[in-house]
Amino acid sequence: MHPLLNGGKPIEILLVEDCVDEAELTMEALRDGRVRNRIHWVEDGEEAMAFLHRQGRFAAAPRPDLILLDLRLPKMSGHEVLAEVKSDPDLKRIPVVIMTESDDEKDVRRAYDGYANCYVTKPVDMDKFIEAVKSIEEFWLTIVHLPAA
Amino acid sequence: MPAMPPASSTPVQILLVEDSPDDADLMIEALKEGRLEVRINLVEDGEDALAFLRNEGAQQTAPRPDLVLLDLHLPRKNGFEVLAEMKKDVELRHIPVVILTSSDSEQAFLDAYNLHANCCVSKPVDQDEYALVVRKIEHFWLTVAQRVRRT
Repeated sequence: MHPLLNGGKPIEILLVEDCVDEAELTMEALRDGRVRNRIHWVEDGEEAMAFLHRQGRFAAAPRPDLILLDLRLPKMSGHEVLAEVKSDPDLKRIPVVIMTESDDEKDVRRAYDGYANCYVTKPVDMDKFIEAVKSIEEFWLTIVHLPAA
Repeated sequence: MPAMPPASSTPVQILLVEDSPDDADLMIEALKEGRLEVRINLVEDGEDALAFLRNEGAQQTAPRPDLVLLDLHLPRKNGFEVLAEMKKDVELRHIPVVILTSSDSEQAFLDAYNLHANCCVSKPVDQDEYALVVRKIEHFWLTVAQRVRRT
């Protein structure tokens, strides 16, 4: 159904999540997906920007095909990361899926106004959480035509 | 599986911008099969799409859509122009726009993402597959993703 991106290379996913348990759960759910992917996990907003700009220890980082971004992050919030990504001519076309505990209407509106590609509230229940990650994986990796570069 | 919305909830409004009657029929059929109560508003060109979104002319009572499904090849104003105008407009830019297009170059997809399309989907040639993709778009955007509540 989905054409091979990057000549069949795995889909590179940048996961920005400060909670270790949720990051591990997310990565586990993504690994079970049908489309080959590689997950790169960073724990705060500054690391996310360093990864995207290939700075410091991220000098050899690949360009992500998709970013999964939490909003509540140390050092630099998800809203700030989103604003930087979406105002950068080289980065703005990378789809950013907000994955957060918040279902606050203000966060939803602010994220979509800031050009988040999508906003998903993480369910508290563990099974539902895994189901939500799988839904994101299925939609964004098999239905969506991701930008090639 | 997601719970049904309360019976009192207002129907979800989808704006479908598609000039091909065959594609539009197929999409409307597929969208009606979902479990949510949806109202599909069909317009056939880019100028009508913007008039609908801005409640202009004959569209003064048009509802604010929860989701826009936008073809790129449209008469009068093309999909890129509609997308660009929507995403510059503070009243409209939060509305998710799914680009549905066929046989486009990689560059067309890049351009659409650069203009802040929420996502792009290639129209499958096979009709059954097309209907399945439309249902998956509807399911994801209306039940998995958060929507901005209409005010």
